Amino acid sequence: MKRYSGFSLFANALSYHEKWQKVWRKPIPKKEYDVIVVGGGGHGLATAYYLAKVHGITNVAVIEKGYLGGGNTARNTTIIRSNYLWDEAAQLYELSLKLWEGLSQELNYNVMFSQRGVLNLGHTLQDMRDIERRVNANRLNGIDGEVVSPKRIKEIAPLINTSPNSRYPILGASWQPRGGTARHDAVAWGYARGADALGVDMIQQTEVTGIRRKNGAVIGVDTTQGFIGARKVACVTAGNSGVVAAMAGLRLPVESRPLQALVSEPVKPCLDTVVMSNAVHGYVSQSDKGDLVIGAGVDSYNGYGQRGSFHVIEHTVQAICELFPAFSRVQMNRQWGGVVDTCPDACPIISKTSVEGLYFNCGWGTGGFKATPGSGFVFADTVANDRPHPLAKAFTVDRFNSGALIDEHGAAGVAH
Amino acid sequence: MLLIYCPHCLESREEEEFSYGGEAHIARPLDPENLSDEQWGDYLFFRKNPRGIHHEMWYHATGCRRYFNVTRNTLTYEILESYLVGTEPQITEVGV
Repeated sequence: MKRYSGFSLFANALSYHEKWQKVWRKPIPKKEYDVIVVGGGGHGLATAYYLAKVHGITNVAVIEKGYLGGGNTARNTTIIRSNYLWDEAAQLYELSLKLWEGLSQELNYNVMFSQRGVLNLGHTLQDMRDIERRVNANRLNGIDGEVVSPKRIKEIAPLINTSPNSRYPILGASWQPRGGTARHDAVAWGYARGADALGVDMIQQTEVTGIRRKNGAVIGVDTTQGFIGARKVACVTAGNSGVVAAMAGLRLPVESRPLQALVSEPVKPCLDTVVMSNAVHGYVSQSDKGDLVIGAGVDSYNGYGQRGSFHVIEHTVQAICELFPAFSRVQMNRQWGGVVDTCPDACPIISKTSVEGLYFNCGWGTGGFKATPGSGFVFADTVANDRPHPLAKAFTVDRFNSGALIDEHGAAGVAH
Repeated sequence: MLLIYCPHCLESREEEEFSYGGEAHIARPLDPENLSDEQWGDYLFFRKNPRGIHHEMWYHATGCRRYFNVTRNTLTYEILESYLVGTEPQITEVGV
């Protein structure tokens, strides 16, 4: 892999930028791999990268039915934060945030990680109690955060309406300055490039149609390009996790629903932070391009269509206009939906399964993007060593039978 | 926006009038105290979550306030039938 640098930019300018190295190869699938990662989204690519980088397992293939990073990785609102309530979740998301902080250097790829801070607004007394509890829990876990007043919120985001006369007046917020946003595509591309350089095969336009087993252990996957053998199969297929699990005769406690987002026309810089509100259900940030990136909720019912119901968007846009009256004049450009796999406790599943050599990393629901590096890191460790990474221990699928759920509906309250 | 036919009200109404009740035909165990953790967890949390035909409960929240079942394709969102709780669906496969 040729490194990107100021010098390489200059050198390539001399050849009119026509001789850049391909970012990844287009390999023909081998007969057998040590590990096959099913799903070439952010989490899958991160898993492949850390398998090769940290664990030295380079005979790895990522099998993707579409193109790399073309699913939910390309359809989210790119918010990154780690202010989760419970120790288990907080530590997992904090590991991720720490990885984000050095990711552009690590990958030699600009993921445009911008620590512009995240505000979570409170509109009722109970909201504020929950926020104080969560901020205190975060600080005990070494995660930055503070409870801020409406006056301070107004300083951070001047366009916000903090009038006590609004319908749902803002009483305060939690503020995580280390939170922010990143460039969603770049994360997938950066991990893919890094993994490819270490020898991982990116096999695109190839759908996994079956998981072949022998004596209760995985031996490979059937794909649209034929059978590919594997000692271990790691599934990271987000909304389609239930479908992939069914190929191995397993059931998961996840339900797939479309989560929507929309962007406005580009406008001049007006919001340099991320504002989220559980109570009125909306969240907004401004991309470097200038468009407002707005996240809506999930549909209330299961669905695999990548669109979602219109009234969900209507509801969110109403909330955004309440929070930012100035945005009522902004026109929306595009809307889309991604299929997310929601878990009953709003926490992910990073787990071995009853099939030997088959692993699942799923159930990230509405907030998986922020966890991309951490998720890949602990999942790669889990797959490489055939036991849960210490931070993933609490997230096995067994918790739905033992009852040790990790209820993060508060921290994940607004679907994002 | 789904248009859902309520078999109690005998008319099609917009989805905002309804709330979703999850997978249908899950019988509550008669003797919960005798179930193993696996069986109880299975009953509470594990679902079919199919990509295709799904039998699901809906509640007509702003109408008759009664539950009924719907057969819906989760990929195309086509609603194939509405039927009363306690009866069996007519449609169980795509294209049938």
